[in-house]
Amino acid sequence: MIGVMICRDPSSALFVGLMAIALLLPVSESGNWFSQSGGNLLLILPALIVAGWSLLRSNDLTAQTKLPGLLAFVATVLAALPPLVLLENGVQPGFEGSGYWLFVLALGFFAWRAMGLLSHVIRAGRAYQLLVPTLFGLWFFYLWEVVVTGFGVPQILLPAPGVIGVAIGGHLDILWADFQQTFMKAVLAGFVMGCGSGFVVAILVDRVPFLQRGLLPLGSLVSAIPIVGIAPIMVMWFGFDWQSKAAVIVVMTFFPMLINTLAGIDEAGAMEKDLMQSYGASYFQTLISLRLPVALPFIFNALKINSTLALIGAIVAEFFGTPIVGMGFRISTEVGRMNVDMVWATIAVAALAGSTFYGVFALLERIFTFWHPSYRQQ
Amino acid sequence: MSNPDTAAPASAKNVVEARKLSLVFGEGESAVHALNNVDLSIEDGEFVSFIGPSGCGKTTLMRVIADLEKPTGGEIMVHGGTPEQARLDRAYGYVFQAPALYPWRTVRRNALLPLELMGMNKALREERVAKYLGLVGLEGFEKKFPWQLSGGMQQRVSIARALGFEPDLLLMDEPFGALDEITRDHLNEQLIHLWQETKKTVVFVTHSIPEAVFLSTKIVVMSPRPGRINKIINCSPPPDRTLDWRETNDFLEVAHEVREALRAGHSYDD
Amino acid sequence: MTDAAVTAPGVSWFSRLKDSRVGPVSFMILVIMVIWYAGAVYLNAPRVIEQFERGKVQWTASQLMDKAWSMKRPILPAPHQVAVELNKTIFQKKITSKRSLVFHAWITTSSTLLGFAMGGLLGILLAAGIVHVRTLDRSLMPWIIASQTIPILAIAPMIVVVLGNLGLTGVIPKAIISMYLCFFPVAIGMVKGLRSPDPLQMDLMRTYSASTSQIFWNLRWPSSVPFLFASLKVAVAISLVGAIVGELPTGAVAGLGARLLAGSYYGQTVQIWSALVVASVLGMALVYTIGLIEKFTLKAMGAKS
Repeated sequence: MIGVMICRDPSSALFVGLMAIALLLPVSESGNWFSQSGGNLLLILPALIVAGWSLLRSNDLTAQTKLPGLLAFVATVLAALPPLVLLENGVQPGFEGSGYWLFVLALGFFAWRAMGLLSHVIRAGRAYQLLVPTLFGLWFFYLWEVVVTGFGVPQILLPAPGVIGVAIGGHLDILWADFQQTFMKAVLAGFVMGCGSGFVVAILVDRVPFLQRGLLPLGSLVSAIPIVGIAPIMVMWFGFDWQSKAAVIVVMTFFPMLINTLAGIDEAGAMEKDLMQSYGASYFQTLISLRLPVALPFIFNALKINSTLALIGAIVAEFFGTPIVGMGFRISTEVGRMNVDMVWATIAVAALAGSTFYGVFALLERIFTFWHPSYRQQ
Repeated sequence: MSNPDTAAPASAKNVVEARKLSLVFGEGESAVHALNNVDLSIEDGEFVSFIGPSGCGKTTLMRVIADLEKPTGGEIMVHGGTPEQARLDRAYGYVFQAPALYPWRTVRRNALLPLELMGMNKALREERVAKYLGLVGLEGFEKKFPWQLSGGMQQRVSIARALGFEPDLLLMDEPFGALDEITRDHLNEQLIHLWQETKKTVVFVTHSIPEAVFLSTKIVVMSPRPGRINKIINCSPPPDRTLDWRETNDFLEVAHEVREALRAGHSYDD
Repeated sequence: MTDAAVTAPGVSWFSRLKDSRVGPVSFMILVIMVIWYAGAVYLNAPRVIEQFERGKVQWTASQLMDKAWSMKRPILPAPHQVAVELNKTIFQKKITSKRSLVFHAWITTSSTLLGFAMGGLLGILLAAGIVHVRTLDRSLMPWIIASQTIPILAIAPMIVVVLGNLGLTGVIPKAIISMYLCFFPVAIGMVKGLRSPDPLQMDLMRTYSASTSQIFWNLRWPSSVPFLFASLKVAVAISLVGAIVGELPTGAVAGLGARLLAGSYYGQTVQIWSALVVASVLGMALVYTIGLIEKFTLKAMGAKS
């Protein structure tokens, strides 16, 4: 039965084959997987049992059942543990045997198979669908950890995720101060002012066609300009503190908001506008009831673009001068001191802040533009 | 012909009164004569259909009545005043080819829209909306969003929305043009029912002969290049008609007359 | 000719100018210039006045303006000062000289283009994979989007340092930053583009029992071309940003980013502004070039111009 299933799916076949060999080859100087201290075997066996079970249950792929995918997910996580445990105690980094790497390789094929099984179920709840990217992310960081630690890659090149985690845990106070300086002060202030003024100017310009025709071509030219370049000028004008960073962000976020809002409020259909005219609606009634709702997807698009631009603007501007706090400052000074783990810790915080900031707007967009064809649920 | 050629002063009883009405888009060589010397009166309580091929100006004429286009010549009066005055008085309801519902509003709130814009008090507008959504057979769908409904239901919402502020005049621009024939027949029957119940004046643009004949008390046949009125046919369909009436001789005679008038306007040439 | 006959064409000429783009755009540029000159006076005046007072000189408004527009290290240089600097560093210097802006612009352009090419290719490959393999679509797509919410430019100095330790210096590290920024719009645009053939066209291919690669080359790829160019225009612009930021970390001595940094260290505002102008022109030229290629390609493919 396993034979039939294996023939159909090359990644399962590779997993079974490679795993069989891996278990026999040496893991370290002290033998293969079976001759290691008992703990490992206790982890490997249940993982393999669950893996085999999931593969057995997956030979009938016409059935849209969730079980094989879930089992494969669990098996991948379980089987990922032994190499980690082995790295913690026992094996000298850089001295793993061929069995060790073959095991990881086989696990890779199995993870691919697990993602295949998970994405096979078409109609599944959102939580289930999230398992696929989750597994992908876990695997990415796992591989990063195992390869970097296993091969003993020098920290200066690339620290392992675990090391970065330790750095974050150890410097929470510094990271929090940096976050406050860069995000809470510069990014938020600049973002609100930039987006706000872009929006207001768009509404004003919309009433004056002459300005619109003059601004729109210039606006699209501006999108080709590397605006971050104004950072040194802003630092000169507004000083080292967060105000100069906010100024950079204002300029960076102004034009995307302007262009998107203008395009958005122009998006209302002729028929809908006629309808408002037939009601004798005033300019502001039409703006509020029709044109702004129609523009919402565009406005959210600008907010999402700007949320990533803002953080970039703040960090890059800090490279040009800052008080001794801030994420950009931290990155540039710690690079100089070769404290790479701290640099990566700051990057991790920036990544988290950036994706949360973006995520907030993506979520708001879903809530406010639920009616848009791209989000409709019948 | 109901309308004598003598330039009689506009009767107060007439809802719409057009004299030598013209509308030219563009200028010089590329000028398009959308309307040319159109004379028309529509009396209170009539069901008038404009029929003709594409480009004959039937929609344009309706848009002039609604003050969505300005005429370039002649005069037009709606309710004894200018179309603009009528529009600002909210004297007419307009139903477009497409439902033109706002996807971010529920069915109920879509129907509420014109009433909110007019500043009607809350209790009254809720009552009106409930009444007219009921009249078009949509009670129970108030909380749905337009995109959750079928095309026919969406168009019924837009009719309820136009009726909500109780205008005397209902302008319908090919309202069922985008629907399948079975749905369209069904809505035609409902529309007759609605018209009899509300005693409104309806102006209806269509390019379907059976639809025009089935619905109207007056059929205005138009032809293109330049857009003009070819013939006005008065008819008196039985008030309690159903779809079966379309198989009677009365119906077929009127339909034949309309077809002849369209042919006379060279409407079949292209 | 009567007066009316003379003025009438004038009026229509004016209104035509007003209705076209040229009029409003040149008007806006004029407004920007006026604001710029006024701003230069406003921002530089305090220092000029200070100078005057230190020298105990009586001064007039025109002298003030004169001085404000010709300071050596102004807070905001006047446009003509930037123009003079540009002339000096572009036309008066040998291209190979380290003082030539053409030299610096070329350094930046080369890493921009290399990163753009790599990022574009990566984006197209990823999109092709995502369109054809559902597992990739489900697992990779969310991470591609997430990857862009990370302020990647923050790790630009990191990448430069890390690759420098590996012995990679010069163009490659900057190109890698550009590549990371580039691949995203291309991947997203191409996923849309490769999925743009409508179901009828796909069904037609299926009735011919066309293979996946036949469908790709005969249907998916041609229909994705407009999407490709739209995203390439975005990509080339941010590729330039990536290259410039990649030049910021200490150590880089050449390139527009290095000019910006050096200018800010030594307070050479005129130098900063001229580097900015060149960067802007470069960005527009790159986007314009992609636009030209797009036009020719679409024309060759028989699209309506």
